[in-house]
This record gives sequence, C-alpha cells and structure tokens, in this order.
Amino acid sequence: MNIHEYQAKALFAQFGVAVPKGVATQSSAEFAQCLSQIDGQNGYMVKSQIHAGGRGKGTFTNGFKGGVKFAPTREKALEHAQAMLGNTLVTAQTGAEGRKVQTIYFTEAANLGKRPDGRDDEYYLAILLDRATSQPVIVASTEGGVEIEQVAHATPEKIFKVRVDPAVGLQAYQARQLAFALGFKGELFKQCVNLVTKLYQFYWEKDAAMVEVNPLLVTQEGQLLALDAKVSFDDNALFRHPDVVALRDLNEEDSKEIEASKFGLSYIALDGNIACLVNGAGLAMSTMDIIQHFGGSPANFLDVGGGASQEQVTAAFKIILGDPNVKGILVNIFGGIMDCNVIASGIVAAVKETGLKLPLVVRLEGNNVEAGKATLASSGLTIVSGDSMADAAQKIVKLVNQ
Amino acid sequence: MSILVKEDTRILVQGITGDFGARHARLSIDYGSQVVAGVTPGKGGQVFEHNGKKVPIFNTVAEAAKQTGATVSAIFVPPPFAADAILECVDADLDLAVAITEGIPVKDMIRAKRAMQGKRTRLIGPNCPGLVTPGRGDKSYGGCRIGIAPGYIHRRGKVGVVSRSGTLTYEAVWQLTCRNQGQSTCVGIGGDPVNGTSHLDVIKLFNEDPETEAIIMIGEIGGSAEVEAARWIKAHCKKPVAGFIAGATAPAGRRMGHAGAVIGGSEDTAAAKIKIFHECGISVAATPSDMADALLRIWKG
Repeated sequence: MNIHEYQAKALFAQFGVAVPKGVATQSSAEFAQCLSQIDGQNGYMVKSQIHAGGRGKGTFTNGFKGGVKFAPTREKALEHAQAMLGNTLVTAQTGAEGRKVQTIYFTEAANLGKRPDGRDDEYYLAILLDRATSQPVIVASTEGGVEIEQVAHATPEKIFKVRVDPAVGLQAYQARQLAFALGFKGELFKQCVNLVTKLYQFYWEKDAAMVEVNPLLVTQEGQLLALDAKVSFDDNALFRHPDVVALRDLNEEDSKEIEASKFGLSYIALDGNIACLVNGAGLAMSTMDIIQHFGGSPANFLDVGGGASQEQVTAAFKIILGDPNVKGILVNIFGGIMDCNVIASGIVAAVKETGLKLPLVVRLEGNNVEAGKATLASSGLTIVSGDSMADAAQKIVKLVNQ
Repeated sequence: MSILVKEDTRILVQGITGDFGARHARLSIDYGSQVVAGVTPGKGGQVFEHNGKKVPIFNTVAEAAKQTGATVSAIFVPPPFAADAILECVDADLDLAVAITEGIPVKDMIRAKRAMQGKRTRLIGPNCPGLVTPGRGDKSYGGCRIGIAPGYIHRRGKVGVVSRSGTLTYEAVWQLTCRNQGQSTCVGIGGDPVNGTSHLDVIKLFNEDPETEAIIMIGEIGGSAEVEAARWIKAHCKKPVAGFIAGATAPAGRRMGHAGAVIGGSEDTAAAKIKIFHECGISVAATPSDMADALLRIWKG
C-alpha cells in the first residue's frame, strides 16, 4: 500500500525525523488558511499529491507545467495551487492518462545549502528489503535529487549500503558508518546519525516495504531535512496497523482493481486487447507472455486464485468487459484439484449472465477435464476450446486479429 | 531416491482442524501419504478422521513429533500466526517445515529466517504449493504429498522440478507426464520475497540425487535467485537443465500476485534472466507450453 508524501512526512515527524513544516488540503477554500500556518520567509513549495513519481517534471493536461512548484510569495502559491487542484497531472510514471490531483501540500521552502561546486547539497537515503540476504538494507548516496538508478549505474562507488541484522536491529556504529560515508562532520554528523536511526525505527515498527528520502537536504542554516518522502507498506502486515490503513486513498487506486479484490481476484489493467482469466499468479503471468509470444497483446493480469467459482468467474468477466479495449478473452485454468466440470459450468453461466459477444477461448486442464469440455461444447455458446496453452493463445490471437 | 521427502516420510499437519488444512490433509491421505499427526493448540487429544484413518491431534509440534515420529510439517495456519508455527518446527528439530500459508508479513519472515540460521530444520515456502515425491502406484498413488498440489498429475520418474509458482508447476509436471516422463520430486519454493529454500538449494539437491537425471527450473521476474542458480549450474551441475521465466510482459514496479514478482534492478527482468539462462547452457522454454519439450531437446536429443 502506498501513501502520499504529506502522510509520510506526518509519520516521519511522529518518529522524530526532521521535515519541513507543511499543511495539506483537499479544498481550495482552505488554501489561504493553510498558507497562514506556514512560515513563508524563504517562500513556499506547492506540491501536488499523487501516488506517482516524477511530479516536478510533470505537465498538467491543462498545459500548466510542474506538479511541484516554488512560490516566492503567498499570492504565487495560491495561484499555483489553483492551477493544480482538480486537474490531471501526467508524469513519467503515471502513463499518458495521468492522475487527477485531489490534494495540495504546502510546505515551507528550505534555504538550499550549496556544495563548493555550486550544486545543491542533496543526498539520498532509502530503506528496503535486500532479497539476496533477507535482511533490511539502508542505502545512502551523496548524489541526491537525481534518479538513484542512474547514480548506481554511472558511479556505483557513490552508493553506500548497510545491512541490518534483524536479530539485534540497527546498531549505532552502522548509523555512524553511513554518516561518515556521506561526509558529514560535527553537528550535521549527529543529525545524520539521529535521522538514520529514527527512520529505521519507523521502517521496522510500521512494517514499511520501502522508505525513500530523495532528496535529503542540508539547509544554509545547517539543518538536515527530509525534503521528499516516498513510503509504501507491506500489505500482508496491514492487519496490525489500523493507523496506516486509515491513510489509504482509494482515489489513487484503479477502481477495477478495487472491485476485483472484493471477489478475491487479483487484477491489473494493461494496455492490450486480449483479456485473460487464469488461476494462479505464475500461470497468469505466463499466459500474458504466451499471448504476446504469438503476436497478441494482453489487456490484463487476472488471477482468480486456487479455485475458480462461478461467482468469481462472473465477477471477473464483468471486470474484464469494463475495459473498452478488450476484443477477446482467453480463459486458462489448470484445475488440479477443482473439478473442471464445475469450472466449465461456471464459465457457461457467466457468459450467459454477462451476454458476452466477444470471442472466447477456453483452455481447461486437470481433474475431470473431459466432462468440462463436453459442458462447454454442449452449451450452445460459441466457446472455442484450446488444447494447450500454445493452442489456446494462437486461437484467441487469430480470432481477435480477424 | 528422491530429494527432501520419500514415500514413507511421516508428516504432521499444523492447522489440521481449519478448513484449508483439513481439506488438504484428506487429499494427502487419499494419495497414500503418511499423515501421522495434526497440531492445533488447545485441541490436543482429539482425532482427525478420514476414510477410516485416525490421525491424532496434539497441542504442540514437539509432542506430535515425539509421539508419532513425524519429521516434516505442513503448515496451514493463518498468516498472523504462521511465522510462530514455523519456529515451533525449528524448536522441535524437525527435518522440514513446509509453509503453505499465503500472506505472511515480510517482517515476520525476516525474523523467522534469521532465527533459523544454524538450525537443522529446513523451510520450504512460505506462499508455496509444497512438494510431491510421486509414488509408484496408479496415478502415482503412494507418494509423499505435502501441501496443495494435485497428486494424480504426477508419475514417478527421473525429472526434478523446482518452481516458485503453483499452477505453473502443475503445468510443467503435466507436460512431463503426458510425454511419459516421470518426476523424482517436484518442489514449489513459493512466491514471497523472503523464503526458506532457494532455487539453488533445490538444484544442488537434485544434482546430488542419483534418481534425478534432468531438471526443470521455473522462475519469475524479480530478485536474483534464478540468476544465482543459473551461474552455479554452469559451473557445477552434472545434469541437463531446462528453464522458463514468467513475466516477460509484466509492467515494471507492479506486483503480479506474487510479492516477489516486482521488477527492480537490472538483472531481474525476464529478458535479462533468459539471456543469462542461455549463457549458462540452460535450455530455455520459449513459452510455458514448451517446458517439457525444452528439457527433452537437451536431455533425450
């Protein structure tokens, strides 16, 4: 589960991680009141809140440039906020359709510290799982404010990592190692050790999946601040964090994915035209792959889980048919334990209930498969049977391309 | 031989009184597997009955193991309690804990895995279909089935199968069985980012197993486990290996059902893994329909 920057910073503050003071609102009527709560001595930052990166370089569909803007005056801040709220922001991560901005976050603008070469004094800090060692890893770099993948590629020596032994947690010497590696001295060194320690505490206690601060900034006044915050949580652990669940913003999620989750379906929309309905995540991914292999383009990932009840199949068909790009459907079920005939009856009922007109290819395999195929064949519906995944994929690609 | 479990391996089931655990305990009994004990705290002394077979239920894993000689546990307990169930197996010195449970918090698994270091118990999973060593009876009856895989699709034979995914494993197994190629053991290691046994761990076991003559390794996008296994195979493996990687069409940054299947670094895309498979002499299945044939091409020529 992802949260907004303003929510992440509120949690940071709760754990003692220094952030610029800020206020968020969903209503333009509250803009003025929000701004009056912030010290605008150095100006204001006006930040669109969406669950996607690249906001600063994004463009609104109304032509306004920049989802994150500096405003030297209160008037300018109001003007920027008005241009952002309720409008659609397109960034490198949102896709062409963009994301509607429904929350504006105003913060104090920081007085950016400078390095001897004139660049802003920006760093990078993140905490996530290192899968190779099954331990949390803290990643830091002297090169903040840019894409960390590029830094790792071009100058790997500027990336520092500390792995935390979960038996004892983050040790003080490890926080010092990072602060030394980033080149901090004196008061800033102490601030860095403190910030890393508090951020790790937040990551661990709240079951975060990833915490990223980019940039981490040194101000001209000599303060270390988390200027941006990107946080996601482990969905499996949400049951023990009702305070985190309360931060969920359904506006940021695909309505079809939310609908799917109500039926125990895992659905992700893609931009192709062949929908698929599969049991099992690995088989679902590889069904998408085989559609592409034979020249088609998958419209979605859809895993109905271990079984495939009539109710689930009907719900799945309705969700699939809600995508106007879909021109055909491929059902691929390996009914290992479930009776394939029960699944086939469910498919027939779902086709009738939804009045499906698009080409449908069904590949059934497993327990009682002959009876299942007979049920499909005698249904009076035009359901094409596929003998193997390859056969089924070739058939649906051909039908859609006709 | 086989790896990890044999036909006569004695199995206990944690969570045998829950719907999910009970259903699959019955299916394992039907398959002829030696389900000898159940564990549900507070229900010790009760009996789980199926088709005339009586399986005693115990309060603790240690007691169940001591009384029945069970050496392997199939874990079906709900996610909030699953890591605890795994560690109880470690405490009881079992050979193997197979965690079927889906949805265990990552932090719980990070801690459990750390606590298992240096202990004799091996973990398979979590979020996995379990493992099957097929029997020699009709439709592989009499085998050792631990978890949720359909037993009847297997045949006893010489191919080892290792995979993260459930239904994709069944697909590979069924392709082999339809081509009259049986399996020594099929292991589903699970789709979570933190798991007990890696592709490489299983490949090493297959490499040492005299019954296993060839291997199918099925992977996914995300992580570096398949790459690590492939490089070891190139350097050390004595047996032909075929491979498949799912997720070539998965968009970056999206979780595709398996928590592990999220693309992050440069070597964890499908294209990168497939390229490394080729470099390491692994016969790559172009599509999931081609897994058994990809193996037969390098194994039987």
